[in-house]
Amino acid sequence: MTARRALRIVRRAILYVAATAFTVFAVMPFYWMILTAFKTNQDLYVGATDLSHVPWIFNQRPTLEHVKLLLAHTPYLTWVENTVFIGALVVLLTLIAAVPAGYSLARLTGRWGERLGIGIFLTYLIPPTLLFIPFARVIAMLGLQNSVWALVLVYPTFTIPFCTWLMMGFFRSVPRDIEDQAMIDGYSRAAVIRKIVLPLAISGILTVVIFAFTLVMQDFVYALTFISSVGKMTVSLGVPVALVRGDVFYWGSLMAACLITSIPIAVVYNLFIDRFIAGLTAGALKG
Amino acid sequence: MAYVETRNLQKYFGDVRAVDGVDLAVAEGELIVLLGPSGCGKTTLMRMIAGLEQPTAGEIYIAGERVDEDIPPRARGIAMVFQSYALYPHKTAYDNIAFPLEALRRARSFIRDAVQKAAGMFGIGHLLGRRPRQLSGGERQRVALARAVVRSPRVFLFDEPLSNLDAKLRAVARFELKQFQRQLGTTTIYVTHDQVEAMGLGDRIAVMDRGKVRQVGSPQEVYENPADTFVATFLGSPPMNLVEWSGDTILGFRPENFLPKAVFATDDGVVSFRLRVREVEHLGASRLVYGMLEERVRTDQPVIADLPVTIRTPIAEGEVYDFAVARRALRHFDARTGLGQYDGAT
Repeated sequence: MTARRALRIVRRAILYVAATAFTVFAVMPFYWMILTAFKTNQDLYVGATDLSHVPWIFNQRPTLEHVKLLLAHTPYLTWVENTVFIGALVVLLTLIAAVPAGYSLARLTGRWGERLGIGIFLTYLIPPTLLFIPFARVIAMLGLQNSVWALVLVYPTFTIPFCTWLMMGFFRSVPRDIEDQAMIDGYSRAAVIRKIVLPLAISGILTVVIFAFTLVMQDFVYALTFISSVGKMTVSLGVPVALVRGDVFYWGSLMAACLITSIPIAVVYNLFIDRFIAGLTAGALKG
Repeated sequence: MAYVETRNLQKYFGDVRAVDGVDLAVAEGELIVLLGPSGCGKTTLMRMIAGLEQPTAGEIYIAGERVDEDIPPRARGIAMVFQSYALYPHKTAYDNIAFPLEALRRARSFIRDAVQKAAGMFGIGHLLGRRPRQLSGGERQRVALARAVVRSPRVFLFDEPLSNLDAKLRAVARFELKQFQRQLGTTTIYVTHDQVEAMGLGDRIAVMDRGKVRQVGSPQEVYENPADTFVATFLGSPPMNLVEWSGDTILGFRPENFLPKAVFATDDGVVSFRLRVREVEHLGASRLVYGMLEERVRTDQPVIADLPVTIRTPIAEGEVYDFAVARRALRHFDARTGLGQYDGAT
């Protein structure tokens, strides 16, 4: 009895140690980001010469100097604006395409639905590092070089396939009987989709919004390929381009930019985390 | 005269003939049960009447109006209750019941009164604020029924609405369903694979097998005079005994008509068989006797006798007894086609 109890305590302990280790591992970059963003330069760089210096605490009073540099001497706010603008449009385009496509694949195409769904998902697996070369030709032909519209056009090529696949899983989880019932209850298919199917798939739609927006925020390759003027850059491109000058890294400002950008995303994720996980697993189980 | 009618209705899924030429006429106010094993096409037939499936060929009429071509489900004046109840999970019971009326763009006060009335009919007035997942199986079923009733449809379509209830509740629900159908007098088509439900509910039963209607008739008719060997064995529990008799005839008799010879007062109008008993089951109100006929053409034909508790003749396993069936309780089937052979006498 006591032996079993002891065993249970040991197991618990191992579990907590592992969980703590993992949490530290996951939180460390954020902590480092905060630390670096608000440390004075002296505090940041003294460690290279003074080995008694402790790097993971504030040794001097925190400073807003790096944030000021970021906001006043770089077009950071313009990049944020560009990112939000492109992100919003990409989310919109993705929803317009992926929601009806996901619904059709889930409901209307019979046995080909599944194969088409997998086919669409496969296109998502082609890495952007291969695709940007042909895309460069297409964008050049369309005369969209160095324009945010190039990104608005290119991002949906990978958000739509994945989100279509994701929505397909969500729509499949809506029982067919419920749609039939609504059609008998007096509604057209369009009305059924609007009044019944979309409200029931709302967590899928939220997942798509978050997913598409996050992909836009973290892309670097396409932005680097298609945008050359600083005023048209997105955050993920502009920050390293403007704050890495030659071999000088403006670490404080770089980290401040990362921090400011990631906070809203972190908040949104936390608000919707349950639905988001439900979304990913629903898609995963059905695919 | 027929209120709902199908003419040579067919539905093929690829090579599978789910519904294979069904002519069905349902009278106004009637409750007809489509009965058959799973995969017999009964649900597909109902879904075509509802407009949820397009027929491959054939015609459907509701109240004299042809509906099979361009009339969508919403315009057919039907209400349907699914096996799963298909309640809208994101709506309260009230909103579920109100939903069909909202489609008709009725005034809010009208909707409120109609929902209250329908809910009252099924005793769920106190549950209207709840969502489906907060309701028990029986309560969900009532919400689904209230939703079906609320807009006074021309026809009710029920697709196994009781099969998700536990056995106890099912008997009560069956009784209530019949009561309210009588009250409203709405033409009703009811799909089930449960023969007890079919016998208990139906004004008439249409027995289906492999896409075809084998027989339509009152519960007594289909039970007593089955049109073929399929109907004979599908109805009744245990099913009708079928034994090869002469070369081209199969003899059928119900287990409850197959009794020890001593029970019969005379030998007149009685056909007797020798039965080797293999097993006896005591079921309380009756005894089931499993055995083999030791007769005529073959000796390896299994039969079952269902003896009511009032017959106390001792019966032991392994022994041979004289059993008999009244001649008028015997049915003859063609050995080749399986069709019943009835002349004026029956």
